[in-house]
Amino acid sequence: MKPAPFAYHRPSTVAEAAQLLAATQGKILAGGQSLIPIMSMRLASPAALVDLNHVPGLAAIDVTSTAVHIGALTRHAALEANDAAYLANPLLRRALRHVAHATIRNRGTTVGSIVHADPAAEMPAVLRLLGGIVEAVSSERGHRSIDSADFFVGPLESALQPDEVAVAATFPHPPGGSGSSWAEISRRHGDYGLVGVGSLVVLDEGRRITSASVCLISVGGTPVLVDVTDASSGTTYDAVDWTAALELVDAAIDPESDIHATAAYRRQLARVLTGRALAQATADAIARVAA
Amino acid sequence: MTTKMFGQRVPRVEDPRLLSGQGRYLDDLGHDALEVAFVRSPHAHARIVDVDVSAALDVEGLVAIYTYDDLDGRTTEPLPLLIPHPALTHGRTPYALAKDEVNHVGEAIAMVVASDRYVAEDVVGLIQVEYELLPAVVGIERSRDGGDLVHADVPGNVAATMVQEVGDAATMIAAAGHRATLSLSIERSASMPMEGKGVLARWDPDDESLLMHTSTQTSTSVRQAVAAKLSLPVDRVEVVTPDVGGGFGVKIVHPWPEEILVPWAALRLGQPVKWVEDRREHFVSSAHERGQLHEVEFGYDDDGHLRGLSVRFWHDNGAYTPYGLIVPIITSTQLLGPYKPGAYRVEFQSLYTNTVIVTPYRGAGRPQGCFVMERVMDAIAADLGLDRTVVRERNFIQPEEMPFDHGLIFQDGRPLIYDSGDFPASLAKLKALVGWDDFESYRSAARAEGRQVGIGVACYVEGTGVGPYEGGHLRIETDGSVVVSTGLTTQGQGHQTMLAQIVADELGVSMDRIRVTTGDTRRFKYAVGTFASRTAVMSGSAVALTARKVRAKALRIAANALEASVDDLEIVDGHVQVKGSPGSQIDLGAVAVLSNPLRYAFDAGATRATQFAAPADPSVPPVPENDQPGLEGTDYYSPLRSTFANGMHAVVVETDPETAEIKILRYCVVHDCGTVINPMIVEGQVHGGVAQGVGGALYERMEYDAAGQLLNASYMDFLMPYASEVPHIEIDHLETPSPLNPLGVKGAGEAGVIPGSAAIAAAIEDAEGFAIAAMPISPSELFELRRRHAGR
Ligand SMILES: Cc1cc2nc3c(=O)[nH]c(=O)nc-3n(C[C@H](O)[C@H](O)[C@H](O)COP(=O)(O)OP(=O)(O)OC[C@H]3O[C@@H](n4cnc5c(N)ncnc54)[C@H](O)[C@@H]3O)c2cc1C
Repeated sequence: MKPAPFAYHRPSTVAEAAQLLAATQGKILAGGQSLIPIMSMRLASPAALVDLNHVPGLAAIDVTSTAVHIGALTRHAALEANDAAYLANPLLRRALRHVAHATIRNRGTTVGSIVHADPAAEMPAVLRLLGGIVEAVSSERGHRSIDSADFFVGPLESALQPDEVAVAATFPHPPGGSGSSWAEISRRHGDYGLVGVGSLVVLDEGRRITSASVCLISVGGTPVLVDVTDASSGTTYDAVDWTAALELVDAAIDPESDIHATAAYRRQLARVLTGRALAQATADAIARVAA
Repeated sequence: MTTKMFGQRVPRVEDPRLLSGQGRYLDDLGHDALEVAFVRSPHAHARIVDVDVSAALDVEGLVAIYTYDDLDGRTTEPLPLLIPHPALTHGRTPYALAKDEVNHVGEAIAMVVASDRYVAEDVVGLIQVEYELLPAVVGIERSRDGGDLVHADVPGNVAATMVQEVGDAATMIAAAGHRATLSLSIERSASMPMEGKGVLARWDPDDESLLMHTSTQTSTSVRQAVAAKLSLPVDRVEVVTPDVGGGFGVKIVHPWPEEILVPWAALRLGQPVKWVEDRREHFVSSAHERGQLHEVEFGYDDDGHLRGLSVRFWHDNGAYTPYGLIVPIITSTQLLGPYKPGAYRVEFQSLYTNTVIVTPYRGAGRPQGCFVMERVMDAIAADLGLDRTVVRERNFIQPEEMPFDHGLIFQDGRPLIYDSGDFPASLAKLKALVGWDDFESYRSAARAEGRQVGIGVACYVEGTGVGPYEGGHLRIETDGSVVVSTGLTTQGQGHQTMLAQIVADELGVSMDRIRVTTGDTRRFKYAVGTFASRTAVMSGSAVALTARKVRAKALRIAANALEASVDDLEIVDGHVQVKGSPGSQIDLGAVAVLSNPLRYAFDAGATRATQFAAPADPSVPPVPENDQPGLEGTDYYSPLRSTFANGMHAVVVETDPETAEIKILRYCVVHDCGTVINPMIVEGQVHGGVAQGVGGALYERMEYDAAGQLLNASYMDFLMPYASEVPHIEIDHLETPSPLNPLGVKGAGEAGVIPGSAAIAAAIEDAEGFAIAAMPISPSELFELRRRHAGR
C-alpha cells in the first residue's frame, strides 16, 4: 500500500496552482484524507500532486450577513468549531459532527469533501440543501461560480474540470424563521452514513410551514434533494403530518444494496430519518423563533 | 516486609514504554534492509500459465525477483503440516511461492526485493502473470456440494471427518420426552492485529549465522523451521520477537511463507532483507476463522434436562490446513461448556474452500461451540416455558462432581477432564450482577416508553494452559538485579508484569529489580509459544519453580556466609537475613558474587562480598561437584493436562423498532480463571476479549463474493468495533484454584470473546421474539428478519 511515483509541486499562489494543475494534469492535494488512501491502494496514480497547503489565505472563514464563505483550506474541524458560522447556520456544525472522526476532520477540508463528491459525504448534501456555490479557477478560463444544483454529477464526479482549482465555497444562510437538522445512521461512530438526511423547514409568523426540504446521502449517485413543501405547506408546525413527505422521498431515491445494507433497509432508514429530521428541524425553527 | 505482589493490581511495567511511543515493533527495525513486496494472486482459483517479468527489469532500485522456479533445497517443498491428526486424511499445505496453482486471492506467486517498499510495489505492478481460471469454491454449501474441487486430489473437498461419541446419543434423543433440531451458523472473522506480520533477516557472513526478527507468537518454533528449510545448523539461527502489536492466534502459525522467503533471500543476497505486511495483504494472505455451519439434534425431559445431544458441523478451513484440525476439535469438545449432555455425539467435516486459510483466532472454535450449546439451552427454555437460567442450572456439572471427565479427547490429545469450577455459584453471581430477576419490570418500564429491550445469558468453559511444557531461566546478577527469561512470546498482554510479580514474591525482591525477557531464542531455546491462554499457567508456573530453585541456592550460600542454618533464613527486599534479626544480613548481589569463585573486584558489590568469603577449603575444588558457578537456574513446568477456566456473560440490548439498530445497554461478566495474579491485567484481557466478541456478534465478517474476492479487505469496510462500539463492561470474579499447577492459576487471555455471539443473540432474540440462528447480525439483517417474520 505505497503510492506509485508522482511529482510533487508546492505552489504559493492560486494562479500558480492552477497553472501547475493544467500543465501536469495532476491532482490537487488538500487534506489528503481521501486522496492519499486511494493513491496508497493504487486505485489512483496521478502523475503529479499540486499541494494547496502552502497557498496563503485559503483557510479563512467569513461570516457575512448572507452567507458563510470558506476557503479551499478550511478544515472540517475549523468550520465545526467556528461559533459565528454556527450562530448564522447551525446546520454546518450539526452535519460536520457526522463527518468521519475528529482526527480526520483536523486535516480534511470541507471544499475537498465537496469536490470529492462522495455520495455518502455530508457536506455536499448540506451545500445542495442550502443552494450553495463553489468558486473555481482555471489558468485558461479564469474564474467561475458553479451552483450546487449543477455541481454534483455522479458518484465521485463533480462539474469541476480537471484543470480547475476549487478555491472557495459559499453556504447561504437559511432564511429567517427556519430550522435545520441532520439525522444519520452509520454502522460505527464516524463511519460514512448508511443513510443521512439534512433538513430545512421554514415557518411563517403563524408558525405555518412555508417551505420544507430534505437532502439525503447514500441513497443515490449524488445527494438527493427533495422539496417536500407541497406535502406540508400551510399546516401549523404542531399539526403537521409528514407521511406524504416520506412518500415523496421514497419516490425520489434509488438506493443500492451493498455489503452493509440492503436497498430495502436503506429505504426504511430514509423514511425514518426523514421523519426524524423534519421533526427536529421544525422543533429547531420553533426554538429559534422563541429565542 | 516485602509486600506481596501476587494478586495485586500492579500497574503494567511495559505501559510507560509502549504508551509513550518507545515500543520497537518489527517495522521500527532494519532501516538499512532491502524491502520485499509480493505478487499475489488476484484470482481465487487458477493455474499459473506464465510469469513474465521482462517489463519490470529496468526499474531503478530493483534487486531481485524470485518465483517458485528460483527456490532450492527444502524451500521447494510444501510448507509443513504442523499438527497432523489421523482424521486429517487429506491435509494440504501451500508452497512458499505458488508452484503452478493458486487457491485463494492473495496467495504469493513472486517475491520482489528492492531498495524500498515503494520500488518493490512498482515492480509488482509490472510483472505479468498469465492465468487459466478454475472454478472458485466459496462458502461451506458450495464446498459441501463437492461439484467443483479446490484440490483436484481431494474428493468432495473434505480434508477431514471426525466423530466422537460418549454414550448412545441417537437412542437417548429418541427416548427423550422432547426432541428438537436447530440449524446454526457463524461467519468468518479474523484476528486482525493492528500490526500485521513482518520479518527482518540478517545473514552475518563472518559469523555464518542468521539473526531473524519476526512478529510471531512462537520464536523457538520459527527458529527450528527456518533452520530446517534453509538447511542451516540450528545453532546458526536465532529468532527474536520485538514488540508485537497483537497476535490473537494468526501469528502462532509458522513458518509463514514469508518467514522462509525473507531469510532465504537475505542469505542469497548477503544483505539484510525486510518484509512488513500491509493491511490489504493481511486480509487476503494471513488467516481467518469462525466460519461453520451446525446441524443440532437434541432430546430433553419435562424438567429441561438434556438427555442426548447430536451435533454435525462443517468447518470452512480455507485453501490449506497447515494448523491441522485444532479449531474444529476445540468446537467439538468445548461445545459442552459447563453442562452434562446426557449422551453426546459430534461429527464434523473440515472442508476446503478457495479462501484464506484458517488458524485459531482468540477463542479458537469455542465461540461457535458456545453459540450452539447456548442456543440449545435457550430453545429448551422457550419450549418448556422455563426461565433460561433455571434450565442452565439444571444441566450444570456440580462442584462436587469435579474433577469431571467428559469421556472425550481434547485438542492436546489428552482426556477432557475439568479440574475445578463452581458453575452454580458463578451463575448466581452473574444473576445478581445483571439483576436477572428484576428484568421483567425493567422490560415493562421500557415498553411503556416505546422501547424494546432484551436480555441474554451465555456460559462457557475454556480449556487453557495446554502443554506440553514451558520453561524459565533466572539469574541474580552481582548488583542484585534479577534477569528472567522465558521462551514464549508476548503480544502486549502484560507478561513482563505478571511474571515479575511471581518472581518478586518467590525471591523476596522488589519488582523494579526484575527484568523479564520473552521470545528471544538467544536467551531461551526450548519453548512452545503463546496461544491457548497458556502463559500464566505454563510460563508462570515454570518461572515460579525456577525462582524457588535459585532461591534455594541463594539460601545455601548465604547460610554459609552468615554461619546460620538455611531454615532460619528469609529473603526480605533483596537481602537474605536471619529471621527476626535483620542485623545479620547479606544482599542477594553479594550472594551472587559469592556464587562465583572467580571474583575480580570490578565493583563495590564484589568488594563488599569478600567479607563473607569463607577461606578456601583445599580439599574441594573451587566449584564443588554437582554445583555450578553463578546464581542462576532453569526449570520447566509440564502439566498432566489442561486447566479449565469458565465464565458467564449477561447482556442487555435495546433494538430500535424502526431502524433495527442494536444497542448494548449492559454487558456483565463473571469470570473464573482460578487464582488471579493481577486482577487489572485479567480485567484488561476480559475487556479486549469482549470487544472482539462484540465485533464478532454485531460488526465483523469476511464478505467474499462467489468468485472468491474479499469485498471488504480494509478497515473501512471490515467493521472492527471502535472504542465507541464497545460497551462498558461490568466484571465480577470467582476464584476456584486449579489443583494442577503450583500457582492455582488458569488461563484468562481468550475468555472474554467466547460467549459474545451466544449472549448477544440471546438478548436480541429476547427483545424481538423470534429465533436468531446466524451470527453476526447487522441492523440491515435484523430488519430483513423482521420483514420475513412479519410476512409469515
Ligand atoms: C476513515 C475515514 C472516514 C471518513 N468518513 C467520512 C464521512 O463520514 N463523511 C465524509 O463526508 N467524509 C468522510 N471522510 C472523507 C473526509 O471528509 C475527507 O477529508 C474529504 O472527503 C476530502 O477532503 P480532503 O481535504 O482530505 O481532500 P483530499 O483527499 O486532499 O482530496 C480529495 C479529492 O478532491 C480533490 N480536491 C481537493 N481539494 C480540491 C480543490 N480545492 N480543488 C480541486 N480539487 C480538489 C483532490 O484532488 C482529490 O481528488 C472520511 C475519510 C476517512 C479517511
